[in-house]
Amino acid sequence: MKHGILMHEPTDDVGVAVRDLKNGEEVGAVTLEGQPVGTVKMVNDVPLGHKVAMKDIAAGKDVIKYNRVIGAASQAAPRGSHVHTHNLKTKRWKV
Amino acid sequence: MIKPQDLKLTGYRRPDGRFGTRNHVLIIPVDDISNAAAEGVARLIKGTMVLSHPYGRLQFGEDLELTFRTLAGQGRSPNCAAAVVIGIEPNWTDRIVKEIAKTGKPAAGFSIERAGDLKTIEAASRKAKEFVQYATELPREPFTVKQLTMSTKCGESDTTSGLAANPTVGRVFERLADAGATLIFGETTEVTGGEDIIMEKCVTPEIAAQFKAAFDDYQNLIESQGVSLMGSQPTEGNIRGGLTTIEEKALGNIQKAGRCKIVDFLKPAEEPHKPGLSFMDSSSAAAEMVTLCAAAGSVVHYFPTGQGNVIGNPVIPVIKLSGNPLTVATMSEHIDVDLTGLLRVEINLDQAADLALQVLEHTINGRFSAAEALRHDEFVLTKLYRSA
Repeated sequence: MKHGILMHEPTDDVGVAVRDLKNGEEVGAVTLEGQPVGTVKMVNDVPLGHKVAMKDIAAGKDVIKYNRVIGAASQAAPRGSHVHTHNLKTKRWKV
Repeated sequence: MIKPQDLKLTGYRRPDGRFGTRNHVLIIPVDDISNAAAEGVARLIKGTMVLSHPYGRLQFGEDLELTFRTLAGQGRSPNCAAAVVIGIEPNWTDRIVKEIAKTGKPAAGFSIERAGDLKTIEAASRKAKEFVQYATELPREPFTVKQLTMSTKCGESDTTSGLAANPTVGRVFERLADAGATLIFGETTEVTGGEDIIMEKCVTPEIAAQFKAAFDDYQNLIESQGVSLMGSQPTEGNIRGGLTTIEEKALGNIQKAGRCKIVDFLKPAEEPHKPGLSFMDSSSAAAEMVTLCAAAGSVVHYFPTGQGNVIGNPVIPVIKLSGNPLTVATMSEHIDVDLTGLLRVEINLDQAADLALQVLEHTINGRFSAAEALRHDEFVLTKLYRSA
């Protein structure tokens, strides 16, 4: 398996780690159809199933996956970083 | 590519013309206090199955109607050959018996007051023995995909669900819908963030409006309680698996519908009225949702999972699909369809759908799903509000 990241759409802000990815690793990303979407240098460890920023995401910006908004960045997420509850929040169900 | 029309399906033809994949004789308690007698019958008579549950007393209004519909639905299910209903008193017992008997199948009711548990168990057991001998004589007969009603609901989802198991079910459902099968999905709160996609899929504005009304109704209920679903949706299991927000979870969830149109909107536990994919207003709690699907006449269920929800159902076989390599490796006894090849990009969605259809065919024809073999028979009523 050459790739470590799968992407729903090549233009998405985030991809999904399909194995445990290590900080400093250069990881290939592909679409479900196997189309290459380049590589990204990891700046965190990211476990299997968790998301990786495929581009620099500024704080406050919408985050795109499935070519749709899945929430907004509560902190900046640089390319290659782990994107999860610490830096991505829902835009629904405000408490 | 496997066409659903080419599957060789066999099942039990019921008097109402529907086909079941299983041939249960069910012992159905109307209420919590009748569980003991119902369980007594099930212990005495081989080949019966009891559906114990904690409700059925002092419910009212729509909540009571849903309990009736769910209990009667198990007996009406094509997977049920005949049913014995036991309640504390005769009136509510008869209501359920009558609903089951409308399908033409054998059904009988027994009530405990003025008899006691022991005499009730004896009388009900004599009837259950008759029903088992009737059921065990029924042969499997061929049926077509047009006569198939099935359902889907995912659980313990993670990001692999949206990449692999859910879109695989979506691809199979596209083929089944084209072939004339009747399909059910739902999970009203779990499409939050993708509700516009559901509405666009509805074939008429009226169906879209019915869905939106149920969706808004639940969102308003949450707000009226002064709470949000943060902390529940996504679940802790979802978050552990990498899902971060309800929007992300919803977009993965909706993959199960594939490119199917939504032809109808159903109340919880309501039987579908037409072929194609219907949206059923329902909870996303796994056992509640699958129980509602069984009540609505689904005879087999696809359950895609990421982190490994182990749920099953007593009345309908539950087929587990997963694309998560960690789950498939560590919980292999629970997984019926291994879709990790999608994450490795070794197979495409059409090939994944073929794998899922092969397992569907075998399961319909009587092979136990993993959940059946592991005795996962969670039967859970949906409660709409507090009892009186």
